[in-house]
Amino acid sequence: MKLREIKESLNLKVYLGEELLDREVTGGYASDLLSDVMGHASEGELWITLQTHKNVVGVASLKDLSAIILVKGFTPEKDTLELAENESIPVLGTDMQTFEFCGILYNLLK
Amino acid sequence: MHFEYKVEGGDFTLAGYASSQIKKTLKQLGVDPAVIKRVVVALYEAEVNIVAHAYRGVINADIQPGGITLILVDEGPGIPDVEMAMKKGFSTASPQVREMGFGAGMGLPNISENADSLSIETEVGSGTTLTIVINFK
Repeated sequence: MKLREIKESLNLKVYLGEELLDREVTGGYASDLLSDVMGHASEGELWITLQTHKNVVGVASLKDLSAIILVKGFTPEKDTLELAENESIPVLGTDMQTFEFCGILYNLLK
Repeated sequence: MHFEYKVEGGDFTLAGYASSQIKKTLKQLGVDPAVIKRVVVALYEAEVNIVAHAYRGVINADIQPGGITLILVDEGPGIPDVEMAMKKGFSTASPQVREMGFGAGMGLPNISENADSLSIETEVGSGTTLTIVINFK
């Protein structure tokens, strides 16, 4: 499914990457531990997290993840967005908490 | 092909730089994407370990037709108990490091799972040297 369809279905905010929304999302991975994502997330997945610092973008880029979704209304730091722009990693956000967001996303992607 | 990167302890803003550069180089060389993924995980974790635990370090990456050898030498506290450090979930990271989502005790296990060989030489009060080898085929 395209990131744009997910953004529209779940009414996500786009902090960065309006022009990158046509990329394909293959699944999702929810974790706030960077090493967990590093070790276990797969290419093309959305990363659902509450971590807002720039290392999240570093990990997403190294793992070729499709986008970062910040939960609970958390907003990205300024240098997070700068790096996201350089690395072409879309950063989106929701007011939902992780459990709720993942439940809906899971059904959408099924 | 040989590359060297310096890593400063405590500076998370640059953590992952070496991993990103090596990833780009391996892609250009046409290395199997599945192998690149393993190199990236192992190197990133080793790089973050220097930032999180050591005072400073140097990463040496040697790329040969058959594979890559990564040697990470740090000046730092050393690892008092390597066997414990290899256990999933065991961590000596500071609360600040953990708050960022690092220091979950998964670094060395991630390196070990993705490397064809991993050796750790460490001296308490002096530093640690990690040698990671990943074959391309």
